[in-house]
Amino acid sequence: MKKLLTLVLAVALLSSCSNSSKKSTESKSVDLTAAGATFPLPFYNMVFKKYGEENGSTVTYGGIGSGGGIRSLSDQVVDFGATDGYLSDDKLKDMPGEVLHIPTCIGAVVIAYNIPGVESLKLTNELLEKIFMGDITKWNDAAIKANNEGANLPDMDITVVHRSDGSGTTQIFSDFMTKISEKWANQIGVGKSLNWPVGMGAKGNPGVAGTISQTEGSIGYIGSEFAFAQKIAMAEVQNAAGNYVLPTIETISAAAQGEIPADTRIMLTNSADPAAYPISGFTWLIFYKDQAYNNRSEAQAKQTVDLLKWMVSEKAQSEAPKVHYAPLPAAAVEKAKAILSTVTYNGKALQ
Amino acid sequence: MNSDKITKLVLSLGSFILIIVAAGMVYSLVVGSIPAFKTFGFQFIFSNNWDPTSGKENYGALPFIAGTLISSILALLISLPLSFSTSLFLGEYFKGTRVARILSTLVDLLAGIPSIVYGLWGFYVLRPLMIELGIGSQGFGVFTASVILAIMIIPYATSLSNEIISMVPNDLKEAAYSLGATRLEVIQTVTIPNAHSGIIAGYILSFGRALGETMAVTMLIGNSNKVPDSLFGTGNSMASVIANQFGEADGLKLSALIAIGLLLFVITALVNALGKLIIKKMQ
Repeated sequence: MKKLLTLVLAVALLSSCSNSSKKSTESKSVDLTAAGATFPLPFYNMVFKKYGEENGSTVTYGGIGSGGGIRSLSDQVVDFGATDGYLSDDKLKDMPGEVLHIPTCIGAVVIAYNIPGVESLKLTNELLEKIFMGDITKWNDAAIKANNEGANLPDMDITVVHRSDGSGTTQIFSDFMTKISEKWANQIGVGKSLNWPVGMGAKGNPGVAGTISQTEGSIGYIGSEFAFAQKIAMAEVQNAAGNYVLPTIETISAAAQGEIPADTRIMLTNSADPAAYPISGFTWLIFYKDQAYNNRSEAQAKQTVDLLKWMVSEKAQSEAPKVHYAPLPAAAVEKAKAILSTVTYNGKALQ
Repeated sequence: MNSDKITKLVLSLGSFILIIVAAGMVYSLVVGSIPAFKTFGFQFIFSNNWDPTSGKENYGALPFIAGTLISSILALLISLPLSFSTSLFLGEYFKGTRVARILSTLVDLLAGIPSIVYGLWGFYVLRPLMIELGIGSQGFGVFTASVILAIMIIPYATSLSNEIISMVPNDLKEAAYSLGATRLEVIQTVTIPNAHSGIIAGYILSFGRALGETMAVTMLIGNSNKVPDSLFGTGNSMASVIANQFGEADGLKLSALIAIGLLLFVITALVNALGKLIIKKMQ
């Protein structure tokens, strides 16, 4: 028993030692913790690592989903959160302090399909509605044929594949569908997960992509960052100007060319720009306007703002296309910088 | 303090911690599911409308309860002939032979395969096979999930019944043989009546395992949140919907998921209690 006690004491002593030694090194550069959306995860992993190499500060990012990111920020256990959908006015009121958004990059949702012998597919807004709501069930339906002359559409059942997990990808897709289809808006609506009238679910982008590539006659939606890294057939989608647009970094970027509100909370879907890919969207980092919470030091607050500024800088933005995200347009960067200059610590400006 | 007392202290401490953990789990499940039950009442169990869209949020657990029960019962039915004949083969006909040893090692090996591997195999091998057999155009669905579940639970039922069957006293069997019974008659009148409670316990154990199985099921059942319209249609299970949706869930939806967890816990506990009752009645 005595031996056991000494052992416990020794362990406790040792761990307290290592704690105090950690504290003494913290004064120079502070390590940051963040959590949230998985959609921008490849981008964040890359730029956070780069930031760490340049500044000696380790940023730990947990890809736990946008919901988890918001919850973590609300529980004040992270330095900042990340989300694919901006917080609604109601949600903002529920947060313990004033929360700000800055966009970090633009992604898109691509319509992927697997039809043997079909290399390109043009979809009008009406066709998208009818396919994803189960009103058209065969690939050789007259309506699809009329819009894709020359394509050898087979007599095959359409299998709709959607996400089985809650996801910002679903949110962006359903936001677009709600804008283009009244029927969709009334029956289904917008959300991270939906009450699907047809189809089957698969988990995550890899699950949907895998199911589509393994199932002939299937169609589904996938985050562009994942789809671009795969060889998967993507449909051309009709945008608000009536043009059929394939998702590329350029067409996704074009979606953000319009007016952006001062708090950057805007869905980019169905953009009016004639070159824009219509199912595009920002992804955001979220943080408290006043950085003094949960015993955070001023150094930690400064480091947080420094990183956030770095995220919208040329250096970080130029990395985005390497992992298949579109960088922010200049107007969005200006807005983000203006937002960051309002951040305070205990009421006084952080500069 | 002498060593005896220390041992007693350590042992009781261990069991005490276990009780605290189990009670804490039940407590947090109950507390977490209160908002869902408050909002929907018992409708939560019987409603088949699962709509997570904000503004018209409505959660009903029936699709998942149905998916879990149907796929598990079907899995039990599919595994029954396979595991029963294997356990007789191992414990009676070829007892103690090299063939039986190899086979029983293989069966135990099946139990050790992680469920994600079963899922992968099901996705890339079993599913295309289902399409070829003409069962559904995409091969996903309750039936495919049940077949995978059946294969997964075979080792549990088999090794337990095998052990019980080989424990039936030889004296009894020899007595039956000396009365002129054939091998089949010995199995029917001596082996099975002597071993039945153990055999049933094995099947209940394996059924419990099928109820909670998550990964392999979610890869094959199709994950559509509705009561399956046929055995070959797509559906979803309780464990699978929790695994899929908890990440982005908050508020009422999170509570609904926790409530499904509580229901799954209750169903598993009921199945176990039922099994114990059956064994008791039969002894």
